[in-house]
Amino acid sequence: MNTAYSWIKAYIPDLDVAPQEYTDAMTLTGTKVEGFTKLDKNLEKIVAGEITSIEPHPDADKLIICRVDVGNEILQIVTGAKNIKVGDKVPVVQDGGRVAGGHDGGPMPEEGIKIKKGKLRGVMSYGMLCSIEELGSSRDMYPDAPEEGIYILPEDVEVGADAVEILGLHDTVFEYEITSNRVDCYSVLGIAREAAATFRKEFVPPEVREVGNKEDVNDYIKVEVKDGNLCPRYCARVVKNIKLGPSPEWMQRRLAASGIRPINNIVDITNYVMEEYGQPMHAYDLDQVADHKIVVKRAEDGQEFQTLDGQIRKLDHNILTICDGEKAVGIAGIMGGENSKITDDVQTMLFEAACFDGTNIRLSAKRLGLRTEASGKFEKGLDPNNAEAAINRACQLIEELGCGEVVGGIVDVYTTALGPKRIAFRPDWANEFLGTQISKGEMLKYFEKIDLEYDDITEEVIVPSFRQDLECEADLAEEVARFYGYDKIPTTLPRGEATTGKLSFKLRIEEVARDVAEFCGFSQGMTYSFESPKVFDKLLLPEDSPLRRTVTILNPLGEDFSIMRTLPLNGMLTSLSTNYNRRNKDVRLYELANIYLPKALPLTELPEERMQFTLGFYGDGDFFTMKGVIEEFFEKIGLHEKIHYNPEGGKPFLHPGRQAELSYGDIVVGYMGELHPQAADNYGIGERTYVAVIDMPAVIPMATFDRKYDGIAKFPAVTRDISMVMKKDIRVGQIEEILEKKGGKLLESYRMFDLYEGAQIKAGYKSVAYSVTFRAKDRTLEDKDVNEVMNKILGALKDLGVELRS
Amino acid sequence: MKEKLEKIRQEALAKMEDLGNMEALNEIRVAYLGKKGQLTELLKSMKEVAPEDRPKVGQMVNEARAELEGKLEAKKAELAAKARELQLRSEVIDVTLPAKRNRVGHRHPNTIALEEVERIFIGMGYEVVEGPEVEYDYYNFEALNIPANHPAKDEQDTFYINKDIVLRTQTSPVQVRVMEQQKPPIRVIAPGRVFRSDEVDATHSPSFHQIEGLVIDKGITFSDLKGTLQQFARELFGPETRVKFRPHHFPFTEPSAEVDVSCFKCGGKGCRMCKGSGWIEILGCGMVHPKVLRMSGIDPDVYSGFAFGVGLERIALLKYEIDDMRLLYENDDRFLKQF
Repeated sequence: MNTAYSWIKAYIPDLDVAPQEYTDAMTLTGTKVEGFTKLDKNLEKIVAGEITSIEPHPDADKLIICRVDVGNEILQIVTGAKNIKVGDKVPVVQDGGRVAGGHDGGPMPEEGIKIKKGKLRGVMSYGMLCSIEELGSSRDMYPDAPEEGIYILPEDVEVGADAVEILGLHDTVFEYEITSNRVDCYSVLGIAREAAATFRKEFVPPEVREVGNKEDVNDYIKVEVKDGNLCPRYCARVVKNIKLGPSPEWMQRRLAASGIRPINNIVDITNYVMEEYGQPMHAYDLDQVADHKIVVKRAEDGQEFQTLDGQIRKLDHNILTICDGEKAVGIAGIMGGENSKITDDVQTMLFEAACFDGTNIRLSAKRLGLRTEASGKFEKGLDPNNAEAAINRACQLIEELGCGEVVGGIVDVYTTALGPKRIAFRPDWANEFLGTQISKGEMLKYFEKIDLEYDDITEEVIVPSFRQDLECEADLAEEVARFYGYDKIPTTLPRGEATTGKLSFKLRIEEVARDVAEFCGFSQGMTYSFESPKVFDKLLLPEDSPLRRTVTILNPLGEDFSIMRTLPLNGMLTSLSTNYNRRNKDVRLYELANIYLPKALPLTELPEERMQFTLGFYGDGDFFTMKGVIEEFFEKIGLHEKIHYNPEGGKPFLHPGRQAELSYGDIVVGYMGELHPQAADNYGIGERTYVAVIDMPAVIPMATFDRKYDGIAKFPAVTRDISMVMKKDIRVGQIEEILEKKGGKLLESYRMFDLYEGAQIKAGYKSVAYSVTFRAKDRTLEDKDVNEVMNKILGALKDLGVELRS
Repeated sequence: MKEKLEKIRQEALAKMEDLGNMEALNEIRVAYLGKKGQLTELLKSMKEVAPEDRPKVGQMVNEARAELEGKLEAKKAELAAKARELQLRSEVIDVTLPAKRNRVGHRHPNTIALEEVERIFIGMGYEVVEGPEVEYDYYNFEALNIPANHPAKDEQDTFYINKDIVLRTQTSPVQVRVMEQQKPPIRVIAPGRVFRSDEVDATHSPSFHQIEGLVIDKGITFSDLKGTLQQFARELFGPETRVKFRPHHFPFTEPSAEVDVSCFKCGGKGCRMCKGSGWIEILGCGMVHPKVLRMSGIDPDVYSGFAFGVGLERIALLKYEIDDMRLLYENDDRFLKQF
């Protein structure tokens, strides 16, 4: 909300602080000032001058030479303007002065433009005549300014007077950010009340008289409200003998400063009071209102209605309409109708100031796709007690400004009047709550400044209806805190029972995952939780894959962000693809993020969120590099048993011969493998890519940070090598199973040291060599101990179909 | 005999003088002190000496032998030192040649900032907790004093799954879940992903992170909130940091405040980072609304508390001077490597 400082000051006569001080102080009491614009910025040495003569320029067709009386002297000024004549009074910037911008109204330079005397085509010019744009303003604010040329001042201005003053430009426009709870502050009076309390000055709101002639408005109009819940109050007044014309300059300027374009006196008064009181009003041409009757009622489903912007709107029974004796003439609180709008021929006008249910207006405006200045105010939930004051203020202005004859009396349908409410307030409690020591008297002074009364007998604060945001004692404590000053409240730390600061076990395991991934060269990525349903095709998932059952967003930003991911690979592969396309070499990424698995569809309870530890890389490394990372991780979280790699995982997005499902004990904990070349093509990654996904909820219950020291071996180890030739399809995992099963207690470790396929080995076979180490804890092993175990191992290997080489 | 001994001794010592290497040293040892060496031979000829002179001569031989052995040892040490010297001189390397580094990955800047925040609050006795990202409308709104049809629901641009389930727009619902499950004293922070339907640009993302803080106990005051956040800001942005609390409105806190810190780049003088104001807005906070306490089963007449919410990306962008939020979700290796 934007408002001119002069408008605020009109209600606080003693207020005299600089714009920056105003900004800071208002922000600290809760009326946040986002910024301000000084309208007289860069306007220097500009006075009102009278043109006394105009002569052609001897050497330039497009220039003229003016003599301008600026009070103490007559200046010769050369100009190219075409709209001036002798006797005109105009703003003149003198030699050494400054203007805000160029005559074309383009962007204004920060330092303005300095004006110096000089020769124009050989003729001296001692200043410049100003257009409204050069004065840093616009035709929006000064509608009487010519489209092109010099701004002409009123005839009665004094020659030599400060032209900036005459134009009302010694003013500042503040931009406020009002919080949604402070409905009352969406008005000049509301802000002024806060400003008066902030600076502890007297607040003088306009004195509203109920004007009007001797006639009775009830003879002109009848009002019936059929839905009192949606329309708690409806006030109507009538103005006749309307004289349309421009509104006074001060009003135009205040409106323009608020960002509202002046139009004519009636529209401007309506807007002016809307700004001043925060109460939107609507004007109907009474001659177009059938039966001189207003009925407020819900629309029919499917009813069509033409709003005053010419659009046809489809209504429904939750939309409130304003009707006359025959038809709808407006959508309540949103927009009036084409059929009753004010035209230049208007004679008699019906003025409406009503209060509508905020939620209903908001939802109706949303359904209609029609948010207006008025609906924006109504939807916040206005104070019904404000409506009467506002309509009377408007009628008063109409009369004062001579825009018409106000008919006496007001039609006021207000069935359940909203009175002030009472909230118990204990000053001691407030001090305890805030950590302050403010006296009761001081607190009550703050309250008084914002029109809150205190009842000493019941110890209650009496809250006027315009402060509907105040509901409980804590709200009152905030009022105290605001005006005492948040900055003056002390800083302390919570006392009381000590608590243990810690990470949950899950978060600690995730921390280990990050450490291991990073020490293995993987950097952490972050990707979105929502993605496109098309990713399932990119990942080659079959049509009936359960992973295609997703949590779906009703109102996504687009199809690409419409489903919650059920597997984490798309984010990883998209990131790798981005890197690949940017020619980054050897990229390794990991991510720790959730997938979202619906328990049932349609969703009746929250989906299961499973944290996935996803790793991916291309470039340097292979399947076994990835396997190494996984094994490091498992070891670091206390899982020292062997991970089982099952090649029959059947993941369609992985290379069918280069993938494994991972399990620990009997529990499946994830999968890994080389990306299927088709999937790699789909993501545009032109190198072999490896991924692994660890399902953290499966791993975490088994993980532990407990460690037990097992001693350092005292007795020597015995190592035997086994060289084997076997069919290619026997996996070394099968060999290792035998080593572990048959090795018994004496087996300490084993290590594959050779793997060979090729010329020296018969086709379809490979040669594999293991070095096996045995050790006893309590003695030096003898050959016969080792031989016994080795025989068992070799026997089992033979049974597997392995040939032993000596 | 005596003369013979002296001659051998002189001869051996002379030879030792200009020894070049270990081999030559060994030759001398063998030639004089070895089994068939000259000195040994001399001892063998002892029988030619008169018996009464034998002890004396024997002593002389032994003395000569000891002297030679001593000299040999010294010479040996000298040679070894020379050899080591030579070896070291030949092994000089160019220490400015490139390092052989392990390839180590990098944490995401969001995580670095988060861990920093967690460290500060864990030190103050806060537990780090989590809550669901897909959340009931009740926890995200209603239990936070944002009833159905409240305009704040529109303001927050919520993604809906259905009328009861949303993608959480804030981490505040974790407050409610914690209060429902734990008894005071409560001190928690709850970091996590939140979602709002903002189009992606340099300063917006439909998915980002917040860190929620909640303290509930007997006698918690607004001044405690101020003190806690001041300590937090000084830990995070440096001990000189000043903190400004501005009144604001959130439905679930009362009184509420927005918190600015003095610009940590210019110290408050005004620069590009703080848009000339000297202050940077970093979080929202307030005293937990009594309605929220009551709905979560905590008696507001006995307990009070405060809550705050920090935008993690905001902290990361500011602290690491990242000028475009999109960089955080592209995962370009050249970006991540800088953290």
